[in-house]
Amino acid sequence: MSNNLRPMKIKSQSRNRRVSLGVTYTILIVLSIIWLVPLIWIVLSAFRCEYHADGTFIGRVTSNFFPKQFGLKNFTDLFTANYCGVPNAFPRWMLNTLIVAAADCVISTFLVLSVAYCMSKLKFKLRKPFMNVAMIIGLFPSFMSMIAIYFLLKSIGLSGNTENPALSLVGLIFAYSAGAGLGFQVAKGFFDVIPNALVESAKLDGCTNFKIFRKIILPLAKPIIIYQALMSFTGPWMDFIFARVIIGAKNPEYWTVSVGLYSLLFGSSFSDANLFTQFAAGCVIVAIPIVTLFMFLQKYYVEGVTAGAVKG
Amino acid sequence: MASKSKADPNKKPKGRGFFGSIGKFFSDFVKRFADGSIGTKLSHFIFGAGNFYHKQYVKGALFLLLQIAILAFMILCPTINGTPYGYKALANLTLKNVTEGGQFDPVSGKFAEFSSNCQLMVLFGFVTIAVIIIYFIIWNKNIESSYKADMDRKVGKKPSTIGEDVKTLFDQKFHITMLTPTCIAALVFTVLPTVFMIALAFTSYNDPDMNAAGTKLFGWNGIENFKSVFTGEGSLGVEIKNRFLPVLGWTFIWAIFATLTCYFGGIILALLINKKGLKGKKIFRTIFILTIAVPQFISLLAVRNLLGEYGPINSLLQNLGWIKEPIGFLGQNPGDSEVLAKIMVIIVNMWVGIPYTMLMTSGILMNIPTDLYEAARVDGASTTKMFFKITLPYVVFITTPYLISSFVGNLNSFNTIFLLTGGSPTYPGYAAGGTDLLVTWLYKVTIEQGAYNTGAVIGIFTFLITATITLVTYRRSKAYNEEDTFQ
Repeated sequence: MSNNLRPMKIKSQSRNRRVSLGVTYTILIVLSIIWLVPLIWIVLSAFRCEYHADGTFIGRVTSNFFPKQFGLKNFTDLFTANYCGVPNAFPRWMLNTLIVAAADCVISTFLVLSVAYCMSKLKFKLRKPFMNVAMIIGLFPSFMSMIAIYFLLKSIGLSGNTENPALSLVGLIFAYSAGAGLGFQVAKGFFDVIPNALVESAKLDGCTNFKIFRKIILPLAKPIIIYQALMSFTGPWMDFIFARVIIGAKNPEYWTVSVGLYSLLFGSSFSDANLFTQFAAGCVIVAIPIVTLFMFLQKYYVEGVTAGAVKG
Repeated sequence: MASKSKADPNKKPKGRGFFGSIGKFFSDFVKRFADGSIGTKLSHFIFGAGNFYHKQYVKGALFLLLQIAILAFMILCPTINGTPYGYKALANLTLKNVTEGGQFDPVSGKFAEFSSNCQLMVLFGFVTIAVIIIYFIIWNKNIESSYKADMDRKVGKKPSTIGEDVKTLFDQKFHITMLTPTCIAALVFTVLPTVFMIALAFTSYNDPDMNAAGTKLFGWNGIENFKSVFTGEGSLGVEIKNRFLPVLGWTFIWAIFATLTCYFGGIILALLINKKGLKGKKIFRTIFILTIAVPQFISLLAVRNLLGEYGPINSLLQNLGWIKEPIGFLGQNPGDSEVLAKIMVIIVNMWVGIPYTMLMTSGILMNIPTDLYEAARVDGASTTKMFFKITLPYVVFITTPYLISSFVGNLNSFNTIFLLTGGSPTYPGYAAGGTDLLVTWLYKVTIEQGAYNTGAVIGIFTFLITATITLVTYRRSKAYNEEDTFQ
């Protein structure tokens, strides 16, 4: 009796399983489509090349999801056009952002690693107070101090400097990276996992703390270095609030790419002067390197995020 | 002290409390002055004198230079943009004589350079206070250094040379080397601006007011601004009184919904993707991670246009004949529904936030001990039951810190609201629209309107809310109380 029942049970179980797998596939595919639609739409819009009956180009948002004609006009326009009175504005914005991002990446990563190491592996009197102060300061909304940072930078000529507006890029680098050291929690969580015994034994062998940091901690910290570098490098490509305030509306030459692209979209709403398709083309160009970087370093990103979240 | 330790039994009893350490600090001072050599005594007045006495010339010169530089700064009062530092900045901080900063220009109807000068007076006043604090820290260090050399002498050791001092900076005092850059940078670009903005909350500083009247002066006005949140009087006007509670309420509703939808949505998505026997896990994961990788200003502006009045979704619905007029999903036009805009931002936020939770919980799901499920299966538990009795409690238990931090993050989620709706639908006459959170309101009020005192008041409230939530939950969390067990 039981011999007969068994295969039937397995059979029905496997059928149940197949049904539930099928349902899962369906749900996941539907969700994937929902998740991809806006991104696909941006890419399609970037390649859209439609004209009015009178031959003028349609650059605004149109009601059709799929373009009627494809072309590279948006990209060629983007690279050659004169926006806000700046010739070849887009390549300039890209270069500005690259400079800021590279500098921010180096400075922020250094600051974060040095603080995280101190908080995790060195014992000193002001350790706990420092951590508490860092946390409390982190709770103030950053937009609150933004205007003060602007005044501060302006007073030392690193923002709104009419003689040498390029200096506001330096100001922007400061604004991005100066506070980075206070965001050490994720990296500290990572260092905490490195066994203290390793540090102690090195100390017994006569290593100085500096040597321990350089020879033991840094080589082990590769994942968190990559995570921090990735975060601080991509930051300036995504932020446009700080950039807009610190560089200012009057210096389109020194805008970062996000400020520039934002201006294309809202320069004039829903008229033919709205440059949505060129905005889309710019987005594709900005997104490709960042997404590629992200996908390659995904492993480190996941490690960093989970370390920060689970330990808390 | 006794009542405090009673309230918090987990706290280890310390040898001496806060007042004890202050007492020790002063008794140290007396002791050092009495016991110290003539050099140490002199150090109380001339920085580095003790170091010169002990032939530590480089160190002595460094202390002396710092003293001269700071004193020169205080006395000579260097000016930037016509605003002085030094003792004059301290006098300016009283804000009693700010009319000298600039003149009212009747042609443009604005104060020429006036407004930025009042700002700078407050800012430079605080810079000067910071410099004075630094002066006293250096003063203390200089005496300490001289006294240490005295003690070394007494026991027959040679006072440390500059070379040895530099060496300790890379070993026993390595933390000083490592923390100095961050401390300086954070002091200048984070602490000082925050203090400055907090101070502005207690002033009448307000661009529109100053430009309109011409007679209104900049000055301290105590807690009047905080009162006007409830009374609607004073330089903040009715904006903050009439809009504060609605915005605060919506901020909380938003944060609760945004956190919970993304959290549970993410867990469910992670479960779906990690289902046994499912093929193409990597592809699905990559698709969802794509939204994290694409910069938010791109993806959110894309969604904004997609849902826009002339966008594809509205025209699709129109072509299907479901609607006649385009729907203002995001409340862009004055007559659009506020409730719909609020629901839409929460839904779109799921699109943004679910992949994060998915990414986070994927790893945790795979680490759930399988024997738990085996046991449940033997007992005949259904899949649903196993989810609610095993999976969910396990994941929630581990990710509670994340839940809290994402709640706090959502209270301050600027990008989603600013890029999607910009706070729309608008209320005529007010800066804060229907979907504005405290942070986006803060941004509008300060950056767009220049009403710095209003902005500062909003900022302080935001801080109080996030700080309360964070401190209450964080102090209870394992991570804080058992920090040492991780090490």
